[in-house]
Amino acid sequence: MASKQFDIKSYTGFKGITLLCLIILYAPLVVVTIYSFNASQSLTNWEGLSLRWYVDVFSGPESAKFKTAAWNSFVIAIIAATTATAIATLAATGMVRGGRFRLRPVSFGLISLPLMVPEIVLAVATLIFFNSIGFQRGLLTILLAHIAFCIPFAYLPISARMQGIEDSYEQAALDLYATKRQAFTKILMPLMMPGIISGFLLAFIVSLDDFIITNFVKGAGVETLPTAIFGSVKQGIKPNIMAISTLLLSLSIVMVTISYFVSKSDNTK
Amino acid sequence: MAAGATSGGSATTDTYKEARTWLLLPSWVTLSILVLAPVIMMLIYSFLTKEFRGGVIWEFSLSAYDQFFFDRGLFGDEPPKLEWTYISIFWRSIWQAGVATLLSLAIGFPTAYFIATRSEEMRPVWVFLITIPYWVNLLIRTVSMKFLLRDQGPLNDFLINIGLIDSPLHIVNTNFAVQLGLFYSYLPFMVLPIYAAVERYNFSLSEAAADLYASKLTTLRRVVLPAIKPGVIAGCILVFVPSMGSFLAPDLLGGAKNFMIGSLIEEQFKGNAGNWPFGAAASMILLSMVLIILMFSARQQAKADKAEG
Repeated sequence: MASKQFDIKSYTGFKGITLLCLIILYAPLVVVTIYSFNASQSLTNWEGLSLRWYVDVFSGPESAKFKTAAWNSFVIAIIAATTATAIATLAATGMVRGGRFRLRPVSFGLISLPLMVPEIVLAVATLIFFNSIGFQRGLLTILLAHIAFCIPFAYLPISARMQGIEDSYEQAALDLYATKRQAFTKILMPLMMPGIISGFLLAFIVSLDDFIITNFVKGAGVETLPTAIFGSVKQGIKPNIMAISTLLLSLSIVMVTISYFVSKSDNTK
Repeated sequence: MAAGATSGGSATTDTYKEARTWLLLPSWVTLSILVLAPVIMMLIYSFLTKEFRGGVIWEFSLSAYDQFFFDRGLFGDEPPKLEWTYISIFWRSIWQAGVATLLSLAIGFPTAYFIATRSEEMRPVWVFLITIPYWVNLLIRTVSMKFLLRDQGPLNDFLINIGLIDSPLHIVNTNFAVQLGLFYSYLPFMVLPIYAAVERYNFSLSEAAADLYASKLTTLRRVVLPAIKPGVIAGCILVFVPSMGSFLAPDLLGGAKNFMIGSLIEEQFKGNAGNWPFGAAASMILLSMVLIILMFSARQQAKADKAEG
């Protein structure tokens, strides 16, 4: 027996379109994952399961290039995400626990600026900036640019979390003669941890994934994984690219999944 | 992405009021130096004179903007005519982004509506499923799309095998491939804000409409849609804005014939043929367009908030 309300809410076909939506979103990823295990040298024919392209990624002719690029990517992502998370945590505390102040909207605008400026424009602006102050392009310019655009991605989950934590816990600590610093480090920070972790993970993924800005501010010869993959793809998609892609996309999915479950966990009870 | 930008948050306390300046200082300094200053510097560069080996000469000039809009002949001494080359690239970008937005709306709206009407426990799971692909590297997603759509790719194989077509469809290197790529890149941005709006929607309004003998389609069009309009507008902007300035989808899926703004800008900064002031000017024009759209959406949002009380 279908209830009346259910009838009013549902529209025929919407479920089908939702499934279509999921198929569209996942089909390319699934196809690439499957073909990364293809034993064949050609992209087109399927010749059975094999790990040869994964072996190729780690020890094939291009492996040195990809190893350096992967190392650069991970070092940059870890430092950028850590720095951005620290800056974002302080900023969120100032914004959410700092009372009302005149510069609040300006401050919020500044934090979300990297999200509002189109990526290619931010890339051009950053390149021009480093060039005009005579800053040699290289790993450091990539790192600085990444820290900047990671801040809003770390800030959003952290501030959302902080808004959900009542300040009665900190007030209780303060009533018991804790200093403000103690209330912050001993009470607020532990409660904030899920938000901070999920902010860090998102910033990490965003940094690891960035192509456009990195491509502009990297020096000649300096590569991260996305720029190395792009350079390779420009000469045609090869099976080893599919293996790298599968590795990277699995990593992203694992990290987002962790971030999802961490941010859902409720440690305020 | 800017959907979160409205959450300035009202539930603020002033526990750390005294430390506020010090807490905010690192973000102010970092973002002022690494985002705000660069954008201002780009604005300045767009008014400088180009140097032939890339870079600029510090001399004020309007020639970057002039070159964008006007054609003064080979030697620059003819009366100015409107220059269509760059305007048409911008127009193509707007058109491609528009089609991608409509595609996303056609798929994204029913999806968002369907998810928002699931049980409370199931909704986050659905939302999670929709967001996962967004976090996968955009480059990898675009390459995957290209692989899937190739002439000898799995999609064509599949369609030939089930007998729907006889010879492969040529999709890669067409406008349609770019539209598909953009649609695929930003589809989750359409779903999420619409989902949030439908979730807040009070379904007793639909019931009231049904009681007054409105058909389901009329209810959707005249009752549901007006109520969730802010979410729909937000979704369209979140897809349209990044699509317009995108680089990867047109570059990898479109080929040379389907040039968009992103590639035009990129070209100015690569190699020695580049024209930095011109690239800066094109970026400024793109940025202005985006800011106008965002301001329009902020006004719509404020209006909607007011109407809600």
